[in-house]
Amino acid sequence: METLEHIIAEHPFFAGLESYYTNLLTGCATNVRFDGGTYIFKEGEEANEFYLIRAGRVALEIFAPQRKPIMLATLGEGEILGWSWLLPPYQWKLHAHALEPVRAIALDGKCLRAKCEQNHDLGYEVLKRFARIVEQRLEATRLQLLDVYAVGRS
Amino acid sequence: MMATAATVDPMLPQPYSVRQVVKETSDTFTLTLEPPALEPSSGVYRNRFQPGQFSMLWVFGVGELPISISGDPAARDRLVYTVRSVGQATQTLVSCEVGDAVGVRGPFGTGWPMQQAQGRDVIVIAGGIGLAPLRPVIYEVLHNREKYGRLVILYGARSPHDLLYRRELTAWARQRETQVLATVDYGGLNWHGNVGVVTTLFKYVRLQPTRSLAFACGPEIMMRFVARDLETNGLARENIYLSMERNMKCALGFCGHCQYGPHFICKDGPIFSYDRMRPLLEKYEL
Amino acid sequence: MATRTPALLTLEQIERLVLLLHGRGYQVVGPTVRDGAIVYDVVEKLSDLPVGWTDEQEAGRYRLRRRNDEALFGYVVGPQSWKKYLHPAEVRLLTAERSGHTFRILNNEPAPPRRAFLGVRACELAAIAVQDRVLQGDRYGDPIYAARREGIFIVAVNCTQAAPTCFCTSMGTGPRVRGAFELSLTELVGLGKHEFVVEAGSDAGAEVLAELAPAQAVASQATCQEAEAAVERAASQIQRRLDTTGIRDLLYSNFDHPRWDNVAQRCLTCANCTMVCPTCFCTTVEDVSDVTGTHAERWRKWDSCFTQNFSYIHGGSVRSSAKSRYRQWMTHKLASWIDQFGSSGCVGCGRCITWCPVGIDITEEVRAIRESPASSSQVRKESSHGNP
Repeated sequence: METLEHIIAEHPFFAGLESYYTNLLTGCATNVRFDGGTYIFKEGEEANEFYLIRAGRVALEIFAPQRKPIMLATLGEGEILGWSWLLPPYQWKLHAHALEPVRAIALDGKCLRAKCEQNHDLGYEVLKRFARIVEQRLEATRLQLLDVYAVGRS
Repeated sequence: MMATAATVDPMLPQPYSVRQVVKETSDTFTLTLEPPALEPSSGVYRNRFQPGQFSMLWVFGVGELPISISGDPAARDRLVYTVRSVGQATQTLVSCEVGDAVGVRGPFGTGWPMQQAQGRDVIVIAGGIGLAPLRPVIYEVLHNREKYGRLVILYGARSPHDLLYRRELTAWARQRETQVLATVDYGGLNWHGNVGVVTTLFKYVRLQPTRSLAFACGPEIMMRFVARDLETNGLARENIYLSMERNMKCALGFCGHCQYGPHFICKDGPIFSYDRMRPLLEKYEL
Repeated sequence: MATRTPALLTLEQIERLVLLLHGRGYQVVGPTVRDGAIVYDVVEKLSDLPVGWTDEQEAGRYRLRRRNDEALFGYVVGPQSWKKYLHPAEVRLLTAERSGHTFRILNNEPAPPRRAFLGVRACELAAIAVQDRVLQGDRYGDPIYAARREGIFIVAVNCTQAAPTCFCTSMGTGPRVRGAFELSLTELVGLGKHEFVVEAGSDAGAEVLAELAPAQAVASQATCQEAEAAVERAASQIQRRLDTTGIRDLLYSNFDHPRWDNVAQRCLTCANCTMVCPTCFCTTVEDVSDVTGTHAERWRKWDSCFTQNFSYIHGGSVRSSAKSRYRQWMTHKLASWIDQFGSSGCVGCGRCITWCPVGIDITEEVRAIRESPASSSQVRKESSHGNP
């Protein structure tokens, strides 16, 4: 049987993490499922966890008055969803919309923050991984911002 | 043998007749051109081209444009071009009707290194209309499946309405050993595919960097990001190929317009390996 | 080819040379005075040549002045070069007629006249060789150039004086003519004599020379030495220097040199330098059609990398700043040309210096970059304690 710890250790986000730490993380983890079409979280809600996506796709959306919701990015298998749990005020800044049935591991933010405070080595490993995700998404956002396929820009 | 090629002056356009015009998106059309006076009895056609090559298309009295060949290299009785209407000449070109004549010179330029790709995984990364010069690669691989490894097609467009060849994308995805992923920069709520720039698709592909060749075509800045990410994913620079674009008037290497550092895009390219382009790509106003 | 011994021609025999070339079916083109400059045009007789004229040149300055003798070739170089004939400023690529849905290409251009070039200088001969390499020595040949180039009869002239803008000695192209010519002349004028040491450089040249029946079939050693000394004098008059040592890498590695900003403040991007340059080959194509739309033509015209449109791709120009365009021109001429065609694109004729309205001097620009190359113009790291 696949244990939670095994699933966490196998997820690309935690690739290469020593088993001592995956064991620590498992203490904060829960297996979760979301039906397609539902919202995993919404903007403004308290950000108490993040998700290791195992299957299914999630859209990050934002609403603006007088406009249709804007889909900023989609996430899928092997990716992580959410970093608002990491920094105050621990609130979601986007909607996370399950486009299909989603299976994920939820990691409890408070639990994880406490463990990282106690064990800075664990904290550093977690932060390093989040920093890479943030960098990749910032890079993608920059490219998106360039609107490279538009015509007639000067 | 290119029996008639020697007699054709590369400076003079040959009148080809428009056989079909297909609207791909709001501003992009695919034209199928038929050469004049086919010699079906001889079985000899001049339309032999390498995937990645381009032609100069002349619109009578209006102007001439370099356009990549987007059709099947095995279909020698026609030439297919996908054209985005962005100016007067392209506008006139896409407004052609069946039976109209378009002047054709070429094919010109280097092709994608299909020889080198044999026995390897072929990673095709396209942005926007950049899928057009890569479509012959896809045809070539799918027609000669046993010669190549896995075929991965990563395609990014501005919005779902801007995706080219949508039915073919679906059909290709059903072929064996073929993975097709499309993404858009701006998705509407009716779009259930991926949203994000084309580089965000790499994480869904299990790349085997040492046995893969990557071919990228799209806006230059997109190719810069793509090449950088491919390198991060372990591909050697010499195994990444880019299709470059510059102003072109003659396609023969003597109008001077397409110079890019020491290279002439028209005759040294348009396909270059990333290790040759890398020193130039980040130079502003080169 | 057998060794050719120098012979001696009189002034009258030069006149005969022109007539003889006419007789052989050549249109003779050479220097003539027009609009205050020495330009190239059809030469019917000796008096069409700039007899007794010379030119004064400096950066941004060109004047004609009378000489105190009757020299035929007593000037240096004018604004035009032989590309005027070989790679014309405007040429019709094709004419087409629409008929129904399709069109026909009417390739009915008359063949260009067979020409003899009279008065080709060493730097210009080198420039023709450079354009030969570009326009007929690569993957594709330009049939228009080839048709004009084939069978040209070249009468070269050794320089016996130099302009302050000359730097052929730096580029290894002059002042003595080398390479492919039919005849070469060295003009000796003064102290009551006016004669020409002539050498044949090809069989065609030798044939014409034999027909001329030179005054001396073998020029005397003293005359040969005098001619040699005259060319040496020209070489010694050359003041400008362009150090070509490692120039390709120098310019490639100084893409971000502050000197490009400096020159961009002076450069008007007027494209004069590219028009007068004997090797600049860039062209654009213009389409024209009549009102009814049944008749179309395509014209090839000289273009310049100094124009904004030159690098236009949908959305904008790649090189929109003056800085990038000057850099492109000079880097191409002196550096990337070597990668592309195996030689420098510059022959040291100095025309770009003379005809620049603000007197930008390519030799000065290279010197400025060489004197403070990239490594020394970068930001220096401060010492760790913050003191300089």
